[in-house]
Formats: sequence, C-alpha cells, structure tokens
Amino acid sequence: MYSEKVLDHFQNPRNVGEIENPDGVGQAGNPKCGDIMKIYLRVEDDVIRDIKFKTFGCASAIASSSMATELVKGKTVEEAWNLTNRAVAEALDGLPPVKMHCSVLAEEAIHAAINDYRRKKGLPVEKEESHDELVEHHLHGDEEEK
Amino acid sequence: MARQVYLDYAATTFTDPRVVEAMNPYFTRSFGNPSSIYSFSEENRRAIAEARKQVASVLGSAPEEIYFTGSGTEADNWALQGIASKNRSKGNHIITTKIEHHAILHTGQFLQKNGYDVTFLDVDAEGRVSLETLKKAVTDKTILVSVMFANNEIGTIEPIAEIGAFCRERGIYFHTDAVQATAHVPIDVKAMNIDLLSLSAHKFYGPKGVGALYIKKGVKIDNFMHGGAQERGRRASTENVAGIVGLGAAIELASSRMASASERISRLRDMLIDGVMKAVPHAKLNGAPSGERLPNNANFSFIGIEGETLLLDLDRAGIYGSTGSACSSGSLDPSHVLMAIGLSHELAHGSLRLTLGEETTEEDIQYVLSVLPGIVKERREMSPLWEDYLKSFDKGR
Repeated sequence: MYSEKVLDHFQNPRNVGEIENPDGVGQAGNPKCGDIMKIYLRVEDDVIRDIKFKTFGCASAIASSSMATELVKGKTVEEAWNLTNRAVAEALDGLPPVKMHCSVLAEEAIHAAINDYRRKKGLPVEKEESHDELVEHHLHGDEEEK
Repeated sequence: MARQVYLDYAATTFTDPRVVEAMNPYFTRSFGNPSSIYSFSEENRRAIAEARKQVASVLGSAPEEIYFTGSGTEADNWALQGIASKNRSKGNHIITTKIEHHAILHTGQFLQKNGYDVTFLDVDAEGRVSLETLKKAVTDKTILVSVMFANNEIGTIEPIAEIGAFCRERGIYFHTDAVQATAHVPIDVKAMNIDLLSLSAHKFYGPKGVGALYIKKGVKIDNFMHGGAQERGRRASTENVAGIVGLGAAIELASSRMASASERISRLRDMLIDGVMKAVPHAKLNGAPSGERLPNNANFSFIGIEGETLLLDLDRAGIYGSTGSACSSGSLDPSHVLMAIGLSHELAHGSLRLTLGEETTEEDIQYVLSVLPGIVKERREMSPLWEDYLKSFDKGR
C-alpha cells in the first residue's frame, strides 16, 4: 500500500518536535477528517534555519510532514512557499490516491507557518488557499489534465 | 521468526484443520452436482442434509428452516429485500439500527431509495438498542425489525430475546444479523422468537464464502437469488458442497466447545482490557462491560493518535488488529458505530479493536501489553492533538 520511503518517514520521522519561541507557527487540518499538522519555523536572513512538526494523523500524514520539513529546511521563505504537495508526494515515491490530501495538508501547514512569520515581521501576507481549494486545485486539477 | 499475534478474529478466523479435512473429499472425489439424479451425487446430497442438521441443532430450528448462502452479507440482503418486497402490501416500514454492519445499513438505504421507509434506531453510549426506542418507532406499516445479535466493532450484545418477544406479540417479522454471535454465544431461535437469522462460516473457524439464513417456517419472503431450484426452490445456485460441509462441521465444533472457549477467551480479554486501561493513560474502553459483550472483543480509543498509525506500528511488532478510523477505510468518515455511541471524531479516529480467538494465549496478551503502551506514548508525543488535550484536561481539573 505504501512506498518504502513513506514507511521510512513514518517509522523514523525527521524534524519531529517543537521550537521554543518560533519565528512562525502554522496549523492545518481538523480532527473531523483525522489529520492535524502543526509546523514551527526558525527563520534567519529569510532562510528557514530550523523547522519542526507535530502531526496527528495516519502514516501518510506523518510521512508527508516529515518529508515536507526536509524539503524546505535551508531554503528561503519564498522557495518554501512554492513547495507543492505534488513535490512532497513525489519525494515520497507517491501516495495512494485517497491519501493525496495528506500531502496537501503539509503544503497548507507550511503556508500557514510562513504567513505567521510574515505577520510577525510586518511583511505582506500572501493569500492562503483553504484545504478544499488546494485539493480542488492540485488533485482534481491534475485529474482534468490527464 | 519474530512473534506474530493475530488479534483480528472478528474480521475472520483461520479454518480449523478438522473442518478442512471434512471438506476435502468434496473437491476432488465426491464432486457431483447435487442436482443430478444419479447415485454418484447421492453422497453430496447426504452431506448437505447433514450440514443443515448441524446448523439447525445449534440454532434450535428445524433443518428445513436453514438455507445456505454465499455469505453473511447475502443472507442479510436476502432477509431485508425478500421480506420488503413480499410484504409490501402490508406496509413499507422497516426498523433497524445505526450500528448495523454495512450489509444491513446499505441494504436499508437501498430500500429507502426504492420507496421504503427505513428507521435507523439510536443506541446508548454502550451501543445498546432499547426496547422503548423500538416501541416508539413501530407504526402500523412496520413489516420488519432487524437488530444485530452482537456488534462487530464494539462487541455489545443486544437484547434479542426482549425484542423478539415484542415483535412476535405485534406480528412483525424479526431478523437478526448473528454473524459475530453464532457459535460464540448461545442462540435459540425459538426461545428468542427470531424469525430470520444470518450467519457466516468464516467467523467460527469455517471457510470463507459460505453462510446461511434461517427462515422460520411460514415466514413470507421473496427469493433473492433467482435461477435453479436448489435449496428447495428458495435459493438458486449450484451448492457450494465443500463450503456447506465446512460450515456444518465448523458450527458443530465451535458450539461443542463454546462454554469452555468463551470462559478462557473472556478471561484473556479481561486481562487485556485491565492491562491496557492501567498502562495507557486516558484510554477509553468502547462498548458494554465484560458480561454484556462478545467474549472475544476489546475496543479502545486512545485520544491523540490516529488508528492507522497505531495499526502500522503494531504491525511492525507482529500484532494484527483493526481500527474504526477513517484512514483505514478509504473514506474520510470514521466508523458509524463509534459515532453512533457518541464518540468525538478524535476518539473515533483513535480506536483500536483487538479480537481474540482459539490460538490466543496469555503470552500473546502479555506481549501486547509490553508493546502497546510504548507505541501509544511515542505517537502521542508527536501529536498536536494530544498536547491540546492535555492542556484542556489540566485546565478542567
């Protein structure tokens, strides 16, 4: 059902935990659908120096959180903002179709954390798409392309 | 090899080797079609008749009231759809519950789409249907009541005898889905006033792909499978002879050891429940107390973690269980049973069902107790939901 990479990141998640006095915090998901992702950022000179997560959810939610944090660590805030759920899923060697929304959640949580950072810094905040919009945009949009 | 502990007997059991042995001759040697009149098929007809007797003797019915089917699901479909269509002139109202297996639930919804009025009764926090709720739901159009004997997820045993007595008095047909209960707890269709009962062989150490529907003599019901004249014209399909023989052998075997097995297994189950409740903080037991649930069923909720995560971690430790979480089902909604007993989404997503059986040992339970609390602790530590829960819990004190 899951790729080896998903199982690896699920069993040995990278960057788990919290950051004290973070420069940005963001959360996505809700208990109703069974996934909640919380992202903590430490930003220096516009670069994400440290990132931690806490996730309630299934294996693909945990693996997506872990992979997403690895992908944006050391990147600029702008680069991190542009991380797509598809990039997360691809880096995990794919997710089962019903689990793609977990990777969307990772993108969403990172956006929320970056906007929190921007708000604290007095920087302009970019529009965050809602989970449904993102799912519509990324998942269903993809289907239409095929 | 690493330890393997199978605790999903409610999903399916292994087929008892003695049952396999009883079935074997009917694959290669005695393979004749029971409908053929030559003497070569006589042995098959005799074997099916014997199996029918074995089932009847366990349920307390007459052999000719037992009809073999391809599964418990088929038996459920037949009971609901067959009664509904045959008795349409008497009424179009059917009563069932919110915690039924999907075989009943989805058949009920199908009937709703086809002009029937179907009431899905609420249950209490332990998953019990009350006779009072049922009485209030009955109308002069009610033709059938279907209440499961025992729930497959939380193990709660329903007040079947009470419901049966009431339905008989009111002249309403009473069906029970006894797929989880048959050969695990005592059943007597006469004493309990049951008109129709579904069962499935692979829940009591028989083979998969064979079940039965008990239909009390005189009950007016349409056929579900149309075709040949098998099962005395009531259920078309060439008989699954080996499967039917296996069902008969399995039900006899399981019933003969029911008292001792239930005592041994419920003792282990209670050991598991006590151990988990002690070792895992803020654990919740779902379902009824020990005496009022299936002997082999334990169902927990661990706030802060998600069921699929738990299953995969347990799988790595060689422990096989199941969950009512949405993630394991492919839908986004958690178990309808756990929602019906009033659990929050968080608790329903964090559920774990462990069901014990013939090969479960005390060492198995000790092993689970040595592994499970650590897994729960580790996953909770990385859960934002657990963090929030602890904060609100501390505040509440």
